[in-house]
Amino acid sequence: MPKVVVDVMPKPEILDPQGKAVLGALPRLGFSGVTDVRQGKRFELELSGEVTEEVLDQVRQMAETLLSNPVIENFELRVEQDA
Amino acid sequence: MKVGVVSFPGSLDDVDAQRAVRIGGHEAVAVWHGDHDLRGVDAVVLPGGFSYGDYLRCGAISRFSPVMTEVVEAAGRGLPVLGICNGFQILCESHLLPGALIRNDHRKFVCRDQRLRIENNRTAWTSSYAEGAEVTIALKNGEGGFVADADTLERIEGEGQVVARYLEVNPNGSMRDIAGITNERGNVVGLMPHPEHAVEELTGVGTDGLGFFTSLAAATFARA
Repeated sequence: MPKVVVDVMPKPEILDPQGKAVLGALPRLGFSGVTDVRQGKRFELELSGEVTEEVLDQVRQMAETLLSNPVIENFELRVEQDA
Repeated sequence: MKVGVVSFPGSLDDVDAQRAVRIGGHEAVAVWHGDHDLRGVDAVVLPGGFSYGDYLRCGAISRFSPVMTEVVEAAGRGLPVLGICNGFQILCESHLLPGALIRNDHRKFVCRDQRLRIENNRTAWTSSYAEGAEVTIALKNGEGGFVADADTLERIEGEGQVVARYLEVNPNGSMRDIAGITNERGNVVGLMPHPEHAVEELTGVGTDGLGFFTSLAAATFARA
């Protein structure tokens, strides 16, 4: 089954308190060298048919209307074919 | 007036909002999120809580509930709509109000008696207040940080769409200390603090929140 992956990230100019919390936790665990962390969401959409341009357009609409909030987030999508 | 209070799955303050509506002198009408029906109300309150468990983003799922189709359409015709806390988040997700609400900058849930200044008393929900009135109203949120891009901020400041601003402490990292905003027309108001918890002397911090519920009548008389 083809899968479309949608990655949603907070826009660079939007504060990401969750990423900040992770950044703060890393040195406490002994990890060093990380200067910033941004936390986002990953959606995996399993599709029933072939991934055509039309289907991708639809997924793009899903991402714009529901999966992300364009006011505070950007998204990227890509197709993954299962082996 | 008949004021509808919408209950979503996960709403917490719908009953308090109904009570505040009644104390404000109106008839409270329970409205169900799953109905395409506003039951003939003259105004709508979207109450606080954690609708749909705040899944995806606060308010993101509620925004597509059947009743919100009706609310968005009615708001476009000028129906007064007040969104409190989660209701404010739903209004932003619905694009009835500009901007968005993100997690508090200090990452903790905040619950406090919050000092506010009412900066716009020309909305359907704030006409009972004097402009610049300073009030104290309960605030409780985890994702109450108001954000918007620079152009939007300039626009809403310039058009006087900031309804209320935090005083003394910025409790959640909101840009420009913004606690509440309105749309251009002034019928839709979103507010992070909870005026419905400040309507009786017996409980809470006082009755400073009552004005949000008495303003409706004043706004109607002014139109008549």
